Amino acid sequence: MSNKEQLQNEELQQQNANFEAEYIDENVAYVADSKFKSFVKKFMKRRTAVVGFVIIVLLLILAVVGPSIAPYDPAAYNYDNMFAKPSAEHWFGTDHYGRDIFSRVCAGAPLTLGVALSSVIVGTIVGAVLGLLAGYYGGWIEMLVMRGADVLFAFPDILLAIAIVAILGPGIVNVFIAVAVFTVPSIARMMRSATLAVKSSLYVEVAHSLGCKDGRILFLHIFPGTTQTLIVNFTMRIGSAIMAASSLSFLGFGANVTDPEWGAMLSQARSYFSTAPHMLYLPGLVIFITVLAFNLFGDGLRDTLDPKIK
Amino acid sequence: MEKNKILSLKNVCKTFPVGKTLLGKPLNFVHAVNNVSFDVYEGETFSIVGESGCGKSTTGRLINHLLIPDSGEIWFQGKEISKISQDEMRPIRRDMQMIFQDPAGSLNPRMRISDLIEEPLLIHTDLDKEERMKIVNELLGIVGLSAKHAQRYPHEFSGGQKQRVGIARALTVNPKLIIADEPISALDVSIQAQVLNLLHNLQEKYNLTYVFISHDLSVVEMISDRIAVMYLGFVAETAPKELLYGNPLHPYTEALLSAVPIPDPDYKKERIILEGDIPSTINLPKGCPFAARCSKCMPECLETRPETKEVEPGHFVACHLYK
Amino acid sequence: MSQEVLLKVKDLRTEFFTSKTSSVTAVANISFDIYKGEILGLVGESGCGKSVTSLSIMQLLKDTPGKITNGEVVLDGVDLITASDAQIRDIRGGKMSMIFQEPMSSLNPSMRIDKQMIEGICLHTDMSKEQAREHAAEMLKKVGIPDPQRVLKNYPHQLSGGMSQRVMIAMAMSNDPQLLIADEPTTALDVTIQAQILDLMKKIQKEEQSSILLITHDLGVVAEMCSRVIVMYAGKIVEEAPVGILFNNPTHPYTQGLIASVPKLGSGVKVLPSIPGSVPDLSSMPEGCRFAPRCKYATEKCRTQEPPLAVVGENQKCRCWLKIEE
Repeated sequence: MSNKEQLQNEELQQQNANFEAEYIDENVAYVADSKFKSFVKKFMKRRTAVVGFVIIVLLLILAVVGPSIAPYDPAAYNYDNMFAKPSAEHWFGTDHYGRDIFSRVCAGAPLTLGVALSSVIVGTIVGAVLGLLAGYYGGWIEMLVMRGADVLFAFPDILLAIAIVAILGPGIVNVFIAVAVFTVPSIARMMRSATLAVKSSLYVEVAHSLGCKDGRILFLHIFPGTTQTLIVNFTMRIGSAIMAASSLSFLGFGANVTDPEWGAMLSQARSYFSTAPHMLYLPGLVIFITVLAFNLFGDGLRDTLDPKIK
Repeated sequence: MEKNKILSLKNVCKTFPVGKTLLGKPLNFVHAVNNVSFDVYEGETFSIVGESGCGKSTTGRLINHLLIPDSGEIWFQGKEISKISQDEMRPIRRDMQMIFQDPAGSLNPRMRISDLIEEPLLIHTDLDKEERMKIVNELLGIVGLSAKHAQRYPHEFSGGQKQRVGIARALTVNPKLIIADEPISALDVSIQAQVLNLLHNLQEKYNLTYVFISHDLSVVEMISDRIAVMYLGFVAETAPKELLYGNPLHPYTEALLSAVPIPDPDYKKERIILEGDIPSTINLPKGCPFAARCSKCMPECLETRPETKEVEPGHFVACHLYK
Repeated sequence: MSQEVLLKVKDLRTEFFTSKTSSVTAVANISFDIYKGEILGLVGESGCGKSVTSLSIMQLLKDTPGKITNGEVVLDGVDLITASDAQIRDIRGGKMSMIFQEPMSSLNPSMRIDKQMIEGICLHTDMSKEQAREHAAEMLKKVGIPDPQRVLKNYPHQLSGGMSQRVMIAMAMSNDPQLLIADEPTTALDVTIQAQILDLMKKIQKEEQSSILLITHDLGVVAEMCSRVIVMYAGKIVEEAPVGILFNNPTHPYTQGLIASVPKLGSGVKVLPSIPGSVPDLSSMPEGCRFAPRCKYATEKCRTQEPPLAVVGENQKCRCWLKIEE
């Protein structure tokens, strides 16, 4: 190439570079801020999920302020007014000790929801870490985690929880442990496959090529890629955790029968089913709605976070 | 120019297992890279060309220690690196960076441009935040973006711009060698030229050495000093650009060159149309890997693998036609 | 060359609806003709609307958010846009057929080749199954498959990329179509296989005297295959010319830039002239000439008024104010 040509070329390059810088300024789309907005917009399209979300918010409020807004003392016996049908005074009626059932549901909200939420949170954290390590390192770690999960999966959920409580003895803390343990395998399994998917993406290979250490790759490059799946699964697990906690209490493995735990309330109502069915129906309905709300919300969240669904 | 060897491959082989028997042993092996040897000198662009499945990308990943060869040696700056651990490799990566084909996939979608470009500095240097950001902004300018883009996310950029970010990332730690694996083939025609020119300018500015992996012979001719043609995991021919394009010796190189469509309707040429498909790399042919499609195939080509010979200075070819 | 028009595209406009009320225009009122027995090239970069054009001609937008909102596509006197579904089914695969970029994914993976080919043939002719099978074998032989009987019994995954593209071509050609639309037929293939397929397409076109609409981004393929070329940019035709004129005397600055920015084997250059910037987003098209923001000759007029596609020479049309004002 002659000198003159080279000069011309350099000039051209410079021109292009200047042009480019200006051009990009004008033309790069500004979409970053709207990410959250578009998420909300997409979520609002899913009516049932929005209903679920509203119910969850109300339930959480109830769990916080419930005991203080209860119209009656949830533990106060009133032998003059036993088995009262639902009425303006006692919305959900009264039970066999004449306690106001609505007040007991309010007072029980923090207990039931608290056990379910905290156990799922703990179970999810443990499961996520195990799944992440299993997916990333493979080999004997994966073998250990996955075979462990298989063993736990061999029991039906509730049977596993019963087995754990049977070993540890009844009590609300043991219910918490049981529910946490049965959350671990499903989260670990899901997390492992999510990790495997992200691990094989090109940007993780690039991170290796740049010389990133394992910890950095694991927590900065891989983990954020799995959070969407994790959040969705977390939400879905809460529904089944409430079911499990209530079931355990219902079977008498969980909360003290005098505690206003929802499942325990059902357990006591069982004896009076023919005379006072409202004792069973109304707290049962609350459990049903709660579980349904979390499942609807989880479904909607999954669809919203899936870029393939519009 | 004084010729300093910066990279040298000696008889490198790599296989991948396919399928599993009941006992968990691999059923078959894909012979991705077979007995590959070549040297790369400081400041030059050494290109590896070939069709899909010829092992060119695997070779790039072997050099970058993303894959470990089954056998053979890889020398980089006077050190054998093929069998060292990841921890030993980490400081060497300062001098050897890689650019990938898919610009969208190679950037973590959840990180900002500034974080992406800063990352190699975090790993390899002790600079403080301010110094790091200074380098990031400088680099953005060098690759034709501006400091204003630092806070954006990858999905806000076009393919060509993303590839510029990828190049900036590779440049942060002042590498000596850059392995570019099909850096422009995912880009639009008019953007390809922009990125090629950028790579060319950077090479002059920083005296970089490139290992350029591509399937596009016209692009390779433009950017390379020396070229290796690969087929079925073997190197068929290695030569300086002028010799390879002016006097291709291996029948495969000849066919490959003649198959390139020329954007000039007045250009008439004899085209060699190869018969058949590229064979699978699971069961390698016993003789010359190209024998089945070669129009000059002789009996001995089916029986023995040709040795690599230096036919003229710097021009190596693995073919029985040349004794 | 006979100048009889086979397919007439007039004022075709295709929009993609992102919701009920908002849409982006992928193809903005384009008009062109395909003559009998010619290979017409449609060139452009990704997002220029070339593939949408082919799908619009084939009426294959039914299951997409895309919709033809204006214009006509007339093949042999029938307007395909207003034609009934039954008519379209009859024409598609009969008078007009298409081959796609990904040969592997265009074949049904769970069906043997013979079944897929026979189905296509029987739909459009009165042949019996045995006759159709024979015809299929004949077609495979025509596209250079050495042992058609074996290939007919194979499943698609047993074939290589080049082989499946041959099968696709055989399928597309099996009912003697007058028009073959090839959307990036060789982009997914290797150079040596590409050479085989291009060679084959040329040979078949010559033998059958059919027309081909070849959609590609590769100027080398265009130069080798086509007799006439249409260049698209951002949903519009910017230049139309016979292949010799287009490469030797491109008039639109975009065509000029595109041709200059492709490295040519044996040219010996180290630095290529390049077009700055990138293709505009469909949802935010610049006002005036769509190429103006990237054009070094752009004037104030270019940025405000859109130039028409005007005749600038023999058989040559160009959408640029500079050429119109000359």
